[in-house]
Amino acid sequence: MKKTVFFGALTVAGLAAGVAAAGTLDDVKARGKLNCGVSTGLVGFASPDANGRWEGFDVGVCRAVAAATLGDSDAVNFVPLSSKTRFTALSSGEVDMLARNTTWTLSRDADLKLDFVGVNYYDGQGFLIPKSLGVTSAKDLDGATVCIQTGTTTELNLADFFRVNGISYEPVPVEGNAEAQKQYLAGACDTLTTDASALAATRAAFEKPDDHVVLPEIISKEPLGPLVRHGDNEWGDIVRWSLNALISAEELGITSANIDELAKGTNNPEINRILGTEGSMGEMLGLEANWAMNAIKAGGNFAELFEANIGESTPIGLSRGLNALWTDGGLIYSPPFR
Amino acid sequence: MTTMTDPPKASFRLSMLLYDTRYRSNTIQVVVLIGFMLGVGWLLNNVVENMAASGKTFNYGFLGDKSGYDINQRLLEYSSQSTHLRAAVIGLINTLLVAVMGCLLATFIGVIVGVLRLSHNWIISRLAAVYVEIFRNVPVLLWILLIMGVVSDSLPQPKDFRGENATATMSLGDSVAITNRGIYVPEPLFERGLGDVPVLGNSFEVSLDLMLILAVLFTGLFISSKIGKRANAIQAETGVRPTVWWQRLGIVAIPVLITLYALGFYLGYPELKGFNFKGGTYLRSSLIALWLALSLYTGAFIAEIVRAGINAISKGQSEAAAALGLRPGRTMNLIILPQAMRVIIPPLISQFLNLTKNSSLAVAVGYMDITATLGGITLNQTGRELETILLLMACYLAISLSVSAVMNAYNERTQLKER
Repeated sequence: MKKTVFFGALTVAGLAAGVAAAGTLDDVKARGKLNCGVSTGLVGFASPDANGRWEGFDVGVCRAVAAATLGDSDAVNFVPLSSKTRFTALSSGEVDMLARNTTWTLSRDADLKLDFVGVNYYDGQGFLIPKSLGVTSAKDLDGATVCIQTGTTTELNLADFFRVNGISYEPVPVEGNAEAQKQYLAGACDTLTTDASALAATRAAFEKPDDHVVLPEIISKEPLGPLVRHGDNEWGDIVRWSLNALISAEELGITSANIDELAKGTNNPEINRILGTEGSMGEMLGLEANWAMNAIKAGGNFAELFEANIGESTPIGLSRGLNALWTDGGLIYSPPFR
Repeated sequence: MTTMTDPPKASFRLSMLLYDTRYRSNTIQVVVLIGFMLGVGWLLNNVVENMAASGKTFNYGFLGDKSGYDINQRLLEYSSQSTHLRAAVIGLINTLLVAVMGCLLATFIGVIVGVLRLSHNWIISRLAAVYVEIFRNVPVLLWILLIMGVVSDSLPQPKDFRGENATATMSLGDSVAITNRGIYVPEPLFERGLGDVPVLGNSFEVSLDLMLILAVLFTGLFISSKIGKRANAIQAETGVRPTVWWQRLGIVAIPVLITLYALGFYLGYPELKGFNFKGGTYLRSSLIALWLALSLYTGAFIAEIVRAGINAISKGQSEAAAALGLRPGRTMNLIILPQAMRVIIPPLISQFLNLTKNSSLAVAVGYMDITATLGGITLNQTGRELETILLLMACYLAISLSVSAVMNAYNERTQLKER
């Protein structure tokens, strides 16, 4: 008898493991919380503030998705993940989505079985170096000791850049951003390399940011975006269109200030469709009619999120550049809400 | 009259499996074995099903792909164009390097501290006790991080050696540079070197110079040991030991010096060029931190093992040695330690294994051992968790079993020969 119970339990456990793969939206709704994988602490993108509340540009995406699915931008468990553990955490279902400065590459898409749903920041790999060394170009770095975070695409780009330019370097692999900063400031390496946005964020946290400079060369394309697991396309659609809602909101002039006004109805049918007063966009995604409105209210539209977290008025001071709307000469573009 | 009758043969009944003590223990074992196999089978099945569900296959094809990343400390030829397999081999060699260096230093520290702890000098024995207690009661990871922190924060940067008002200078007559990136020491170079030969289909190269010097050295050592044995024989026969130390020294040193001269030996000194020192051999700070931390940590355990071994030798042995007129130093070396080895070696083996396995903490300070290459970057770039981790486990298992085998053979030799 006991044996039967034991094998019964095993069977149930086996079945449960099989079912957990699909229906992420149902899981999130049942849990009442979105599990969102973020960086372990990168000022401006994802870091806890003085009160322990997670803030940042990537965190904003998590909050928008939580607001769209659950109607509450605070219904998020932020799971800080290192660059090494992030994909395993996503594949195993420990988190529902990743918004963690992750570069969209073919092998991650196809081989690691992940789905990138869009790009929220177009980045490239750069070098941070003390001004006192007098280096003005990355090509002058022959023989330099380079601090680099392991388990990232930057490692491969760095090897390629130095090989193509026929110069040598000494890699010092470090585990995370905090460790990289420490090694760099102690002078254990001459230069620190990672995505230029992250370098700007790291530099902003230094005691004397002006003593350090980001070299002009950008040695790679690093489109950073949120991603989900392969195999649950409904969930992928929700994350994709939550991001697109933020971008379209900027394009159509929907801000957190005027959103309530616009939600009463406007002459612009696309605004009406986004805000759910016209059509059935929410229903198609399996969400409430006001899903996009919640997403935009969570932290404002794309421009508001950018300016509040990493824009020129913040210590990180990134200009929009490539990350301006397509109408302003940038690459940020949302497919239409139709 | 007696009749011999066989006891009636009890026919075997199924219930005897449970009630007959002759069969019961076997029954229980078989049932437990079946349960265990079912459990393992379920786990394996779970893995296969989950991998199929996530669309992954199990294969080691990725080991032949280009790795794409660089490794700073490489004892064999390696570049970002090499394969993942080669990256794993480079990592494995780095693991073995730190393990061997660690085992040697830990044994050295352990034996000295273990003996000192038994010293009659109060201060020395207390100091040894403090060392042992501090090091073995704090996790080794913290020691690794602490030593790395001290090295990178307190030692001068290479740029401090530069310019008119340099704040740091090279030591030992401008031959050694101690920086927070590592220690640069002069390297042996040969003007008329013999070059390298590729072995195993170009997979790595062996330096002929090194081979030649080692061959000459070992021949010298072999002849020297023959001379020593002859001296022993003469001493046993006549009671007078001939003075042979100069013969033994000469037979080892002179051929080696002649070989070095013939090869045009000179030292390449490290020199500050650009960002870093160039030339010379480079002991990276990550290796130093890991090596020292592992040795100091494991040394504390070995010290206790040595102390236990020495205490296990009965006091009568040292009293007998004293009665024969041996001085305390010779008593320790000739009487106590050889006997104590029999007690020391078995637990020493497990300390060596511990040290080797603890070396996988290398990744904390960016030392590129096999956990950092195969189990770190390769795992990340290829996404083959199961394959890389299984291979990694197999590597550590192979290292540990080899260490055990060698040490067990040594143990056999030192055990008491009973005749």
